[in-house]
Amino acid sequence: MTDATLAAPAPEPVEVQAPRPRPSRAAALPLKWLGVAPFMLFALLFLIMPTIHIVLGAFQTPEGAFTLRNLQGLAVPQVVRPFMLSIKISVLTAGLGCLFGLILAAAVTKGGLPGWIRDAMLTFSGVASNFAGVPLAFAFIATLGRLGLVTVILKEVFGINLAATGFNLISFLGLTLTYLYFQIPLMILIITPALDGLKREWREAAEILGASGSQYWRMVALPVLWPSLLGTFALLFANSFGAVATAMALTGSSLSIVPIILFAQIRGDVLQDPHLGYAIAFGMIVITGIANLVYIVLRTRAEKWIK
Amino acid sequence: MGSPRFWSWAALVAGLLYFFLPLVGMFEFSLRARRGEYSFQAYTNVLSDPQFRETFMYSVVVALFTIVLGVLIVAPTAFWVRLKLPKLRPVIEFITLLPLVIPPIVIVFGYIRLYNTSSWLPLTGTAMGTNILLTFGYSVLALPYMYRAVDTGLRTIDVATLTEAAQSMGASWFTIITKLILPNILSAILSGAFLTFAIVIGEYVFAALLNRPGFGPYMVWMGGNKAYEPAALAVIAFGITWACMGVIQLATRLSKHNRVQR
Amino acid sequence: MAFLKIEHLEKSFGSTRVVKDFDLEIQKGEFISLLGPSGCGKTTVLRMVAGFETPSSGAIVIDDKDVVALRPNQRNIGMVFQAYALFPNLTVGENVAFGLKIKGVGKDEREARVKEMLTMIGLPDLGNRYPFQLSGGQQQRVALARALAIQPHVLLLDEPLSALDAKIRVSLRTQIREIQRELQITTIFVTHDQEEALSISDRIVVMNGGVAEQVGAPFEIYNRPATRFVAQFVGTLNLIEADVIAPESGTVRIGTTEISLGRPLKPGRVTLACRPEAVSLGLAEGRPLVLHAEIGEVHFLGAVIRVQARAGRTQLSLDTFNRPDTPPPAAGDKVQVSISPADLLVLEA
Repeated sequence: MTDATLAAPAPEPVEVQAPRPRPSRAAALPLKWLGVAPFMLFALLFLIMPTIHIVLGAFQTPEGAFTLRNLQGLAVPQVVRPFMLSIKISVLTAGLGCLFGLILAAAVTKGGLPGWIRDAMLTFSGVASNFAGVPLAFAFIATLGRLGLVTVILKEVFGINLAATGFNLISFLGLTLTYLYFQIPLMILIITPALDGLKREWREAAEILGASGSQYWRMVALPVLWPSLLGTFALLFANSFGAVATAMALTGSSLSIVPIILFAQIRGDVLQDPHLGYAIAFGMIVITGIANLVYIVLRTRAEKWIK
Repeated sequence: MGSPRFWSWAALVAGLLYFFLPLVGMFEFSLRARRGEYSFQAYTNVLSDPQFRETFMYSVVVALFTIVLGVLIVAPTAFWVRLKLPKLRPVIEFITLLPLVIPPIVIVFGYIRLYNTSSWLPLTGTAMGTNILLTFGYSVLALPYMYRAVDTGLRTIDVATLTEAAQSMGASWFTIITKLILPNILSAILSGAFLTFAIVIGEYVFAALLNRPGFGPYMVWMGGNKAYEPAALAVIAFGITWACMGVIQLATRLSKHNRVQR
Repeated sequence: MAFLKIEHLEKSFGSTRVVKDFDLEIQKGEFISLLGPSGCGKTTVLRMVAGFETPSSGAIVIDDKDVVALRPNQRNIGMVFQAYALFPNLTVGENVAFGLKIKGVGKDEREARVKEMLTMIGLPDLGNRYPFQLSGGQQQRVALARALAIQPHVLLLDEPLSALDAKIRVSLRTQIREIQRELQITTIFVTHDQEEALSISDRIVVMNGGVAEQVGAPFEIYNRPATRFVAQFVGTLNLIEADVIAPESGTVRIGTTEISLGRPLKPGRVTLACRPEAVSLGLAEGRPLVLHAEIGEVHFLGAVIRVQARAGRTQLSLDTFNRPDTPPPAAGDKVQVSISPADLLVLEA
């Protein structure tokens, strides 16, 4: 076969450094880079330096000397517990967000529903994913709060006392339910293009080879989607981990999650140790950083079949 | 196992229930301000509150400045990177994604410590300085969305080829930018702008920690002190978000329309 | 007894009938091509056999079993798609083993079978590659191996060659035919390329507008097209307008030449057709229809020379073999061309 040879690994292309006239290069370089200078300056001043300042501060005494005391200071229950709670909420809302988002996106893209539903769903997801923060908390209070619509209807029509069942909006479950309101739409927005990338022929090929629908999803579709799913999970995790306004407006400060603790700390109370604030912020960066690192590692492993 | 279509409908109905109940609940609640009847009393209360008007206008102005700043920083950069520094693209993209990874509260914490009154750039020392800092901060928050929008807009036109073609015909840089690039990515910029608006208008953490009288802190304050007005505020905020997304949809559709015609 | 029987098959999408009263009987081990322009319903027929589309009415019987009610995964059919539908997340070996794994075939047997299939398609060493590392032709061969690994009753090929380069297309179709013959597997091959269909089929079904216009061996289809559509769709055809001057003896006038076709015709005007290779340059024994023509374009194709000539209002295409001792005609030459009346087809309007 003539084309069998095509698959033989091509020799690695050798980087050849073209000998260029030095002066012109030296003159061209700064000019080219000048074009991105404003952006770089902006990023440096308002994104990178503030972050680095926090990271460094976590390792410094108020006098500026190196120390690990701040980080050790994290190992107290009133810090560890919020971290655990935040991680739990973030993992849960990211996981459920991915799951429900995937189901809904799959239903509208692959489930044989009319095309306009898909468009409507995407538009609505654009709105809902941005309908976060304070107003979202109000919407949930108005619905599932003590006097909320659903609470009242459940009580008056069905005779179910929501509070008596142990449900409380200002709780782990309540916060999860609220966060999902922006997590699911975000997932839908991100995963829909990936679902569109699943070729109809893959499904048909699997089917004609004897696979059932669930076998196709398990053996082909999900592995193909895996990198996108991982990426979205990491994003949703960070999204939920850093959210302050929703939790704040929903619970006041009665639910101790990390961003609320840090918020209080910045406002200058509770822990009575300014550099502990740095350490908490640093901890937040580390956690979201780890989430993304895990994502990158898993992604490279999952993507070995992609160029 | 039922047919896939059945399960699709089931999922859809469940989704609709989850997503619409809070909207209905919020609206219904906002009408309850008068005992025993539905009324728009809560809205009247909110709209006649001078605090509402002040904070809302403040946030609108900050949002507009943020949009201008964001466009000025992002659009030329994205254009330049596509044209001259394609190798730098991964780096720029990485930077623009950072605000999604670093929690906003950490960033604003950094601002407070870095730009306080005793620092080399004491932005938080004056109200105007803090306003500027807030605007830059919001530009950072909007960066991922703005950059994505503009970059996608640039991708649909072949920037390098277009520019070279224009240059070969003797067009100046000014002409290239204003006549060629801007019209082609206008809808992308608009999308980014309205997304930015939707993000900034109700933002809480930055405004609260920088002590600025924004709409977000006002809403939280109302939430702590009033019963029905917060729901009315939520309805208003939701309406604004809808309007922004509607305009974005419209802009994309119009640009697609243009492209097909060409 | 036919192995695969399609009876009165109908398919409508909304109010459009895309397949109309389609009948076909295929013997075991036969290689059948469905040939037609895009939109003629050939792919829809294939997809109904596979089970991806449900017929509006009619029956599909494989090995004495009506399969219409069965889902695709219950039919034991192998299929190769146009856009090599290999699973991108699986290696070549895993792709080929996919169907076996679903069936619950043990690991050792699976591996042996994969090896056997890869050897059969001539890619024994690529089992660990991923699809993106393969050329289009290689991917399509792997797709064939994957389809055949489950030892299906029937093999369906949905334009498997149309995405490939011309050269690979020819070599791969030969290989497909060899493998098909070796395994004696009943095969339906969908294509819009008449050369492809003519070269590898036992029989061809020419389809147009959802209807089977003609079913027959390639030789038959090419030389005795049953309808005007078949005549024009398969191969190149010269059309010659003629006036019938004596209907009962079949005498017609072409320009100023009169000739009897030896079969009765309807009175009036008639369109005659003949293949390029039925037209000879110069006079010849047994070719009494002689036209005076002027040479136009001359295409030297190698073994064959295709000459365009104009005889009055009639544009003729004629093929002659290349003979090293005689140079080809040149544009502008005035020549005589001759045709045997037996080679003239009468096309109904």
